[in-house]
This record gives sequence, structure tokens and C-alpha cells, in this order.
Amino acid sequence: MSQTRIDRRFAALKAEGRAGFVTFLTAGDPEPETSMALLRGLPAAGADIIELGMPFTDPMADGPAIQASNQRALAAGQTMLKTLDMVRAFREGDDETPIVLMGYYNPVYAYGPERFLKDAREAGVDGLIIVDLPAEEDRELCIPALGAGVNFIRLLAPTTDEARLPRVLENISGFVYYVSIAGITGAAAPDAGAVAAAVSRIKARCALPVAVGFGVTEPDQAAAIAAHADAVVVGSALVREVENAVQNGGDAVTSVLRKVSELAAGVRRGRTK
Amino acid sequence: MSTVPPPNSYRSGPDADGRFGIYGGRFVAETLMPLILSLEEAYEAAKRDPAFRDELEYLNKHYSGRPSPLYFAERLTAHFGGAKIYFKRDELNHTGSHKINNCLGQILLAKRMGKTRIIAETGAGQHGVAVATVAARFGLPCTVFMGATDIDRQKPNVFRMRLLGADIRAVTAGSGTLKDAMNEALRDWVTHVDDTFYIIGTAAGPHPYPAMVRDFQSVIGTEAKAQMQEMEGRLPDTLVACIGGGSNAIGLFHPFLDDPEVRILGVEAAGLGLDTPDHAASLTGGAPGVLHGNRTYLLQDDDGQILEGHSISAGLDYPGIGPEHSWLRDTGRVEYVAATDAEALDAFQLCSRLEGIIPALEPSHALAHVSKIAPDLPPDHIILMNMCGRGDKDVFAVAGHLGLEIEP
Repeated sequence: MSQTRIDRRFAALKAEGRAGFVTFLTAGDPEPETSMALLRGLPAAGADIIELGMPFTDPMADGPAIQASNQRALAAGQTMLKTLDMVRAFREGDDETPIVLMGYYNPVYAYGPERFLKDAREAGVDGLIIVDLPAEEDRELCIPALGAGVNFIRLLAPTTDEARLPRVLENISGFVYYVSIAGITGAAAPDAGAVAAAVSRIKARCALPVAVGFGVTEPDQAAAIAAHADAVVVGSALVREVENAVQNGGDAVTSVLRKVSELAAGVRRGRTK
Repeated sequence: MSTVPPPNSYRSGPDADGRFGIYGGRFVAETLMPLILSLEEAYEAAKRDPAFRDELEYLNKHYSGRPSPLYFAERLTAHFGGAKIYFKRDELNHTGSHKINNCLGQILLAKRMGKTRIIAETGAGQHGVAVATVAARFGLPCTVFMGATDIDRQKPNVFRMRLLGADIRAVTAGSGTLKDAMNEALRDWVTHVDDTFYIIGTAAGPHPYPAMVRDFQSVIGTEAKAQMQEMEGRLPDTLVACIGGGSNAIGLFHPFLDDPEVRILGVEAAGLGLDTPDHAASLTGGAPGVLHGNRTYLLQDDDGQILEGHSISAGLDYPGIGPEHSWLRDTGRVEYVAATDAEALDAFQLCSRLEGIIPALEPSHALAHVSKIAPDLPPDHIILMNMCGRGDKDVFAVAGHLGLEIEP
């Protein structure tokens, strides 16, 4: 498939000699207007790649923070059409920062996979992460996505053994997302040594950049992971800032973007350590 | 409605990808994928191992009390004045429902795989009690995830599980019912991949669960077929079973699927009515989707968000259904109908008074449908209904619905 914004961004990061910072927020959380302001503010705050969650009632792989963010977004009326509209609106002002939609398969399936790929591509989406579509279900969306020019980004886990790696690395593009712990999002902190070993194990088999996420909450952790990975993903820690702002009546945009800047600084100093 | 050409056999599924037609599959996160593949491998090996089969058979007989009787419900038959009504008495099993059939099979598999910790989800608590029971029997620690709402309305079963030594985790996420308990069990499993075995209670979830649970439950239909041969010298004309996730139903139906002369009916929970949002009839009121590891009919909105089921019976209150039922619906081999809360409540009382059997609210839905069809059928027509659970757990809820106060 032809180059996507994701490919170009990783090439630029490589030229800069640093790891990228991937942020996750749920589309429509806590409500559409704030969510749109957050999305627009992310690149300037230091996000190199944006993961935008497509809310779902039953986020089975997510911890309490992201579960709650899904519920807030749905309660505020978020739908797939609105999520795609957000991407379209974002693209009016930014044609370079890659956007990856992340979520579960059912809302995509209900929308219609072919129609979804077409609309997502037209809206300016570059990649997809669908948590509950393992390699065994590639016919559902992964292979059609390749044909539609959208990167299908696979999750790899500590449980993915050597024998399974070739199967999992088949058909993918964009980057590999290594889930640093066997667990749910926002749980225990990953061990940088184990992450380094896993990243080199994946890199021995695959030329794609490797991003690492799950459990990264602080700038120092981000720096430690950035020393070994091509990108660091943070989600729950950002979503918790949204939750705190909602609960304490604060300004979610200010507090989330401040956290993004701090973490981005951590990622950027990772390679010089 | 038949939308799929009939296969040569209705009993050969699933295929190598865990599919029944387009249904089923393995829609799980990568972290769990290696686990369900090793589970599949272990189950295939166990199935071929005579020692595994012997041990399960021994436990079914001496621990659970199988075979469960086939019973001619004479007074109900007279009351309806039509077809002959038989019950397969799976409510007489140890722990009071068909759930033990599956739990014994899965715990033997857990032991075989060297797992040292058991987790499960439960709605009404029947599966939770059965899991806690086998975990106690085999000396494995056990955690049961149960929606906070269900904990509140199923107090006797919660206490029973605690007596058996299980750790009950209240799930407050979502609406605090069965679907949320299953989400939480999956989250626990993904966090404890090395030592934990997840005993899923219904014939749903990622492959191989739907096939495995069906196989363990098929003892119901296999026994019933032989017993009916002995008592009537022939096959029954109609099978009836209630359906939440569908494990008791698939257990009764599966051995009869290739007997075309047997009409098969699954009864879903119509709650307050199929024309209201308050029902749990995934097949008659839902659409195909993907949840909890499989593609199947789901209660969902146009945006693919899962809706909450409603039923008077906490055991039927699930927005999905086992994938094999979805396929049996599309092929037309099994007909799916629904009974309301009120109809189930009537059947519950009628069965108690006429047969001296207090049924669970789940099979009361099946009986409610029997009451609709039996009067118009001839006296030589045989209906076989699965009495899959006893009603002790429901007496407090039923008293409430009848406007009576008794102390829980």
C-alpha cells in the first residue's frame, strides 16, 4: 500500500533520532466540544501520533479509567458519525499528524466494515487498532483495510510467543503496538528491561516501528520506554486528567494538554539517557 | 426464517475457525489469543482420552446424580388437554441446575492443564454456585464476578457461593448485570494469564467455549433420547427449552438436530414484551454483532452499542446468545419464540401446584410456551421440555412479584 501519514511521521522521527509520543483520548469525552478542543491542541502539546478511541459500551480490555471515559462519551451522545466528523474537522487545520482510531469491533461491524473504511479514509484517518480482532480474524477488517489504504495496527502481548509471532506480524502495516503488560489498560507499570527484550524480539522479525503502551503514566517511565521503543503510548493517565477535571470542575483542556507536554518532554529525553 | 441453505448435518460445527456459518469465531485481544488456542488443544486431547471421559462420567453419576430422570408430567398434560408433556429433570442435579454438567467438565480440563485458580461470571448465581462447588471439590481457589444488581436480587445464591469458599467480586461497571460480570472476568483473565482457568457458564464466548460447553451439556439430550426410547419407544415430536445464553437448550437439542421429524423450539425471555425495550430476546429482537469473543445475535442500537437485556429471570438477562443458536436460527432448523415475565410467572405457579415441582424462572419460560402449544396438539404428540433448574433461588423474587413479603 502507499505511504500514509503514519509512515511519514515515523520516517521523520527516525531522522530526528528520537522516539515518538502517541496519545490516546476517547472521542467525545467528556462532551463533544471539549473533546474537539483537546484533539486540536494535542499536536502543539507534543503528540506525534493521535489515537482516538471510538467509544463502546463494553470495553473488555480496558481498565476503570478508560471504561469511565467511554461511558462519559456515550452519555454525551457520541456516535461513530460524530467521531468521523471530529477527524474531518481536525484535518481542516492539520494535514500531517497521523490519526489512529482505536476501539472494539462491534461499532465498526454495525456501521458496515466497507463503508467504515471508505468514510474513515475520506475523513482523514490513517490507521486502525481494533482490540478484539486478532490475526485469526484478519478477513474481517485487516485485509480490507490494506486494500483501502488504511493501516491496520496489531497489538502484540507478552503472551505472544515466538511460534505465534509470524502469524501475528502477517498483513500488518503502520506500526506494531506492543502491550507491555498482560493486563488491562492503566494497570501495573511496565518493566523497562522486559520491554527492551520484547522490542528487540519483535524487531528481529519485522521492519515496522514498534510502539509500546499500557501502564505508562509518568514522564520518567515514558523516558525509560522511549530509550528502547520507536514510540510510547499513553492513554489512561490522560483520560484520568479528563475525569479529574470533570469531577473537580476544572478545565480539562488545560490539564490534559499540560500532562501531554510533560510526557512528551519525557519521551524526548529518552534517547539521550 | 431460513436464510442459509441446509447443511448435510447440523451437528458437524464448528469449523476449524470456530465458526458456525458466520457466527462464533475468536474475537479476543491478542493477550488472550494464545490462551484460547492452548485451551482448544487441551480440550481436543481430553476429548480423545478415555481416562478423561471416564472421570467425567464417574463424577456425573456419583457426584451430580446423573442420569437425571425423564418424567411424564401427567397432571399438566391433563390440565392442557392435548400433547403428552415430559420433563427432563435436570433441576435434580447436584446444585439444582444443568450448570454442573459443564462445570465438572471444565474443572477436569483446568486440572489437566495445570491451572491453579478458577474464575467465572454469573448472573442468577446458578453457574456461580456450580463453579464454586466444583472448585471446592477439587480444592482450587475460585473468584466469581457478579453484577452488583444481581448480588442484590440473588442473595441466597451469593451466600451459597460464600459457604462454598468462593470470593465474590461485585461488578458495578455498566448496569451491574451478567454482561458486565463477563467483561470483568475477561479483564481478570487477561491480567492472570499464567495460572487462571476461566469457566464460562454458557455456550458462548470465543472458540472453543461454545463447542466445549455444548459437548458437556449434550449429556442432557443424549440421556433424554435413550430414556424416551425406553418409555415411549420413539423420539419425541417437539423439544422445548428456555434460552438465555443457551447452554441448557443446546445440550438438549444437539443430539436431535439430525432427526428432521423432531420439531425444536427455543424460548427466549420477552420480559415486559417484545414491543418494549425491556426484553432479553437476542434472536427475535436483536441483530448480528460481535461481543465477548464471538459473533452472534445481540441486543444493540444502530451504532453498535450493546443494550441491557431485561427479564424477570436473572439467568436469561443477557444481551447475547450462543453462536450455534444464531446459526440454527438462520438455517431454520430451530424455531425461536419468546415468553414474557408474566407468562413465566403464571407457568411457575401452575407447575408448582400441579406437579409439586417448583421450577426456576428460566425453565418457567419454556413451560409458558408449552402451555401455548400443548392444548392444540393431539394426545399422541410428545413434548419434551428441559426442566433445567429448580426454583428455590427464585422464591423471594416471585413473592415480590406476587405482592407478598417474605424475609430473604
